[in-house]
Amino acid sequence: MSQGPEEKTGLLDAPWQDEPPVLTPGQSYGSVTDQIADAVLTRPIGLGWLAGLAIGMGLVALLGAAVTYLFLVGVGIWGINIPVGWGFAIINFVWWIGIGHAGTLISAILLLLKQTWRNSINRFAEAMTLFAVACAGMFPLLHMGRPWLGYWMFPYPNSMGVWPQFRSPLVWDVFAVSTYATISAVFWYVGLVPDFATMREKAQSRYTKSIYGLLAMGWRGSARHWKRYEALYILLAGLATPLVLSVHTVVSFDFAISIVPGWHTTIFPPYFVAGAIYSGFAMVLVLAIPIRHFYGLQNMITMRHLQNSAKIMLATGLIVAYGYIFEAFIAFYSGSTYERFMMENRWFGPYAVFYWALILLNLVVPQVLWIPKVRANTTWLFLISLVILVGMWLERFIIIITSLSRDFLPSSWGHYVATRWDYAVFAGTLGFFAAAIFIFIRIMPAISIFEMRQLLPESEVKAK
Amino acid sequence: MEKESPNKPEAVCPGKLELAEVKQKLARAKSGPQYWRSLEELAQTDGFYEMLHREFPRQASVWPEGSPRRDFLKLMSASMALAGLAGCVKLPLEPIVPYVRQPDEIVLGRPLFFASAMPFGAYATPVLVESHEGRPTKIEGNPDHPAGLGGSDVFAQASILDMYDPDRSQTITYRGAMSTWSAFTEALKGPLNSEKAVSGSGLRILSRPFSSPTMASLMEAVQAAYPESKWVKYEPVNRDNVRAGSQLAFGEFVETRYNLGKADIILSLDGDFLSSGFPGFLYYARTFAARRNPDLKEKMSRFYSVESTPTNTGGKADHRLPVRASEVAQVASAIAARLGVGSGATAKPEHQKFVTALVKDLQAHKGAAVVIPGDNQPPAVHALAHAMNAALGAVGNTVIYTDTVEVKPQIQTDALKELFGDMNAGKVDLLVILGSNPVYDAPADFEFAKAMDKVPLRVQYGLYQDETYDHVHWHINGTHYLEEWGDGHAFDGTVTITQPLVAPLYNAKSAYEFIFSLVGSSEMAGYDIVRKYWQGQMKGGDFDAAWRKAVHDGFVANTAFPSKNVSAKGPTLSPTTGDKGGAPDTEVMFRRDPLIYDGSRANNAWLQETPKPVINLCWDNAVLISPATAKKRGLVTGDVVEIDINGRKVKGPIWPQPAHPNDSITVFLGYGRTKGGRVADGVGFDAYEIRTSDAPWIANAKITKVGSGYGFADPQGFQYIDYSDLPKGTEPLKNRHIIRKATLADFIQNPNFAHEEEESVPPEMTLYYPYQYTELKWGMTIDMNSCIGCKTCIVACQAENNIPVVGKEQTMRGRQMQWLRVDTYYEGGTENPAVYYQPVPCQQCENAPCEVVCPVGATVHSTEGLNDMVYNRCVGTRYCSNNCPYKVRRFNFLLWQDWTTPQYKMMRNPEVSIRSRGVMEKCTYCIQRITHGRITAEKENRSVRDGEVITACQQACPAGAIVFGNLNDKDSRVSKIKAQQRNYSLLEDLNTRPRTTYMAVVQNPNPELEQSESS
Repeated sequence: MSQGPEEKTGLLDAPWQDEPPVLTPGQSYGSVTDQIADAVLTRPIGLGWLAGLAIGMGLVALLGAAVTYLFLVGVGIWGINIPVGWGFAIINFVWWIGIGHAGTLISAILLLLKQTWRNSINRFAEAMTLFAVACAGMFPLLHMGRPWLGYWMFPYPNSMGVWPQFRSPLVWDVFAVSTYATISAVFWYVGLVPDFATMREKAQSRYTKSIYGLLAMGWRGSARHWKRYEALYILLAGLATPLVLSVHTVVSFDFAISIVPGWHTTIFPPYFVAGAIYSGFAMVLVLAIPIRHFYGLQNMITMRHLQNSAKIMLATGLIVAYGYIFEAFIAFYSGSTYERFMMENRWFGPYAVFYWALILLNLVVPQVLWIPKVRANTTWLFLISLVILVGMWLERFIIIITSLSRDFLPSSWGHYVATRWDYAVFAGTLGFFAAAIFIFIRIMPAISIFEMRQLLPESEVKAK
Repeated sequence: MEKESPNKPEAVCPGKLELAEVKQKLARAKSGPQYWRSLEELAQTDGFYEMLHREFPRQASVWPEGSPRRDFLKLMSASMALAGLAGCVKLPLEPIVPYVRQPDEIVLGRPLFFASAMPFGAYATPVLVESHEGRPTKIEGNPDHPAGLGGSDVFAQASILDMYDPDRSQTITYRGAMSTWSAFTEALKGPLNSEKAVSGSGLRILSRPFSSPTMASLMEAVQAAYPESKWVKYEPVNRDNVRAGSQLAFGEFVETRYNLGKADIILSLDGDFLSSGFPGFLYYARTFAARRNPDLKEKMSRFYSVESTPTNTGGKADHRLPVRASEVAQVASAIAARLGVGSGATAKPEHQKFVTALVKDLQAHKGAAVVIPGDNQPPAVHALAHAMNAALGAVGNTVIYTDTVEVKPQIQTDALKELFGDMNAGKVDLLVILGSNPVYDAPADFEFAKAMDKVPLRVQYGLYQDETYDHVHWHINGTHYLEEWGDGHAFDGTVTITQPLVAPLYNAKSAYEFIFSLVGSSEMAGYDIVRKYWQGQMKGGDFDAAWRKAVHDGFVANTAFPSKNVSAKGPTLSPTTGDKGGAPDTEVMFRRDPLIYDGSRANNAWLQETPKPVINLCWDNAVLISPATAKKRGLVTGDVVEIDINGRKVKGPIWPQPAHPNDSITVFLGYGRTKGGRVADGVGFDAYEIRTSDAPWIANAKITKVGSGYGFADPQGFQYIDYSDLPKGTEPLKNRHIIRKATLADFIQNPNFAHEEEESVPPEMTLYYPYQYTELKWGMTIDMNSCIGCKTCIVACQAENNIPVVGKEQTMRGRQMQWLRVDTYYEGGTENPAVYYQPVPCQQCENAPCEVVCPVGATVHSTEGLNDMVYNRCVGTRYCSNNCPYKVRRFNFLLWQDWTTPQYKMMRNPEVSIRSRGVMEKCTYCIQRITHGRITAEKENRSVRDGEVITACQQACPAGAIVFGNLNDKDSRVSKIKAQQRNYSLLEDLNTRPRTTYMAVVQNPNPELEQSESS
């Protein structure tokens, strides 16, 4: 974490003439701390926030109702059938897991790569990851025929003497996702500890003080604390980094290991990981742009962040595009009649409109990010990010639904139509995610205070 | 109509929920097929709980004041009978004789098999009934019976569900209120006595036709007691045309029997002889399939079919000519003329080629050719067929004439017309309806209900409180054939005995007992009636031993009717040309439903949910129309049209059906029931409403579009293996080699044709070690050349494996549960495509894709090579199904099993688990039967014999297309078949190495026609 003076200068002065800085000049320790902490401690609760939370909680209530009905009646309330055994639940699972990727990427990988511009967005990106993984984590359980036996997926000692079937990618999934969730949560919490201490100090009310005090776990900011903290943080970052790659790789195995045409391809792991980062950064922008707007954080989340995110989106988007193109190429190059039909079916079959929508949203529209002016326009960025999120959802829809609905024997072809319960559960998780974000920005420092301080010239001076 | 109903229940119980009301509610809430869900919805009402608490809701409130003690006791006994369903039944004193397996006593857990017979139409279908601890659970074919040869049909398979149908009538009622047998006999004494005084001139009995000799003797007794009375026999799907045709040809009624085993050339003139319900179907299916074995080389038979609607029979034809029903006569007479019979019309130009080639072929095979006319064709066609058969030297070889199996056959429509006239004229004082439902199925022009209401006393004996029930005074609940003693003749005349498997569930009288009570002053048990009759017949020798053997075997050996010498009157016939004059808008064909039959099977959910042969539609009847005609008229699937026949109208949805002739439509009878039961009601439309006595099969109608958007449940949809239904340029499905076929000539030249194009994968191409099988290694072959697409296997599997029914809505969502399906593929356009049937059970792969992906190990490879499904372990991720290339896995998306209805609890096979919701299931190769065989063999310290384990589908298959056995035994039938070159695996290139393999199709086209067709 030690950063030399050269880097600091580099951060303040844009590497290129026209690029904005990561932190607007004129900030001090005090101003940074106050600005972030006050958003939580003193800022009055606004109507907009309340309305947003109410919508989120309303959807959570819908989720509760949908899940209760689901558990009472069975997965038959959804649109799934034979042959399309997986529907919205798995689409949403993959989509949410993908979104969860940006957080860890920003926190861990960019940390290791010493991209300090990440400091102002890593906190809420991590929170976002956590909430997204929580949303994703619901689905594997919800989609089970007998969810009350979901614990059978874990290898636990039992009197039946039966273990999970380790050849199944679903078991790998259990490990991958639970590991990812654990590491993300620990990483996020560890990063929060020094800020909780700051909040403890700044809080006026006794209760708030004691709650933040508990959460800060006795952090005093001593040099020894900082030393251990830095060691742990870098270690966790090291642990989390491979997970960014592994989780979605394992998720892609759910498909790639099978023999279903359209699933059974070796390109899936890199293509899924790229797609995950793609959608993850889109979600970061979808959150960051309104937050900086409504909370006046333009000086901390600057255009530099937004532009960098846009560039990453452009890069990963191109990897994804390569994936699409190669998928189509291999379908014909392989000479497999099933693969070829799968591709033709995506192009001209009953779900063709979704396929072409996916190409438009995920491939064509994001190309405008090549234009610097677009990257510098928050409205454009926000809209493109939304488009990418929809596109990435459609991608999973296409992969899962078109492949399953028409596979080997034409006699068994089917059609999938989502029911209102499919939509209810999806909307419910969106609401859960939104509500969690709303609550998070009100009770925790949405931007890492101490890491922002490190960006200040003051820290530079003291380091000397 | 409701007001006139004598059966309108008085307000016996105001404010409480009536059973009838519940039924109506069910009908209202959703259409019939959704009843599994509706019950739950209904269960939320207080009224339903109230009803649940009171076992006999309506009658319960009749009790309190001054209700006779006798009634109370009767009620109690009725409920005891219900309780007995689950507990102990007082064993009847009549000794029934178990089939071979376990002669003496019941051993718990070991099923017994009893030979019996199902009366169907006027014929007896031989069956074996599997019984677990006194409860019949499964119907099988009787392998020893000469008319059954071991096969079975859909109706026999599904009849077990009929017996346990909770909608069956459970009590005697008078004007809708519960009554007793003694009250009935008491009440009938007066009217019967006054009938006696007038020699029964006011007595009419209306029954379905039957072949039972005992019933015939009772009929004679009725005739003796009431000489002026009339016994009318009518069924809506009758054989009037056959009878009239035989009268035309021979001047008398005869039964025609075909010997397809001797036939080299078969010509069907709309003869649907490979469809369940056709008299002699079991025999024809087996003998037909035997002659279709390509290993016979030149002796393989050739089948020409002239068809007016697509049937599974026509699908087996080497040459199929789709023509309108009215044109069949024209084609027939053109063929006849060439054969030197009559001076018939010439065929239409487009039929010329077919006729020429056919006639040449027929003439080349004199003595070994046969012409089979269809029941729906006019008498003239039957007469022509008789004449042609005579001209071809078929009589005595491939065609045998015998006395009629049906007792005292009559032209049923005429008889019913007479009854109708008598009722209207007030000549009828007492009408006894025996098992018929004329209010629903009598010709529309009779307005039977109105006429019936003029009869002072109406008595109905039957299994259901059906549409006719609303118009009768007395309703006597009847017995199912599994609950009664009886007899009958199989289609060949073989005397066949029906023995009961269980005491009547609802304390009912059998039809024999019922009729006996009308003539005798005393009563007699059904057993005594039947036995006494046969005591009179089997004279000489030890009757007890003979009787015991007859009951044990289910039939009396060598009692098939001898052939009868009749001669056709000769070529003086002038059959109608089929041109009815004018320009008919569209020709309507009324056909019996392949599964629901005439509507009497409509409350059978198994039959409702089985996709109809060829059409693959379930839970509906439709207006079948050719795709070309539909296009011409601007109609698409799901459009609702009004069919107007002389002012009688009915609305039905359009279903374009490949292979249907142009400018005509087909409607199936038997749907649109209003009081058929919870399954039947509200399903489909009632074609009887437009079916009149003068045009019962073929009529001219106007059709006009009145709506659209009707949703069908068609589990498979249409599939063309030549991709003609997919966008141009897409990858041909041909490359999947699903159906492999050749002509006989090609097969003889190149017996290995099935393996020419495939990319076979070397067996060692797998990551895993191969499994070792020391003793047993199961395998199955399905001969697609033998398979006739009748769907009996599906129903057999459903009965054997406790497979739930899901209803129309769930089927539309793609959630049907049948473990076995029969895929139907078309090839070559919609006009006259070739049709292929492919039954697909679990393929039980050696390298099973399902096994590796299950996260909890709920589907595993067994030591005998099966992919076992462990229901208890399944958590329901459905990954196995996604990864199954054959899509044979079925998932319980919802709770589909009925856990509460007591009748179903008794019906289920106790050896097969009942699956709850959230669990995957699939074909197990009938693992319970395998286990049975293995245990028996182990106990006897030997290995399992070939043929000892027979799966349910194999047992049921009337064509003998399915063979199952041990692959480790090189001498087993299945090993030998697998060694043949025609044997191939489905999707072989995936290297799943299935244990279920198929025998490629070999057709035997006429070389002359083949060239023109392929060009």
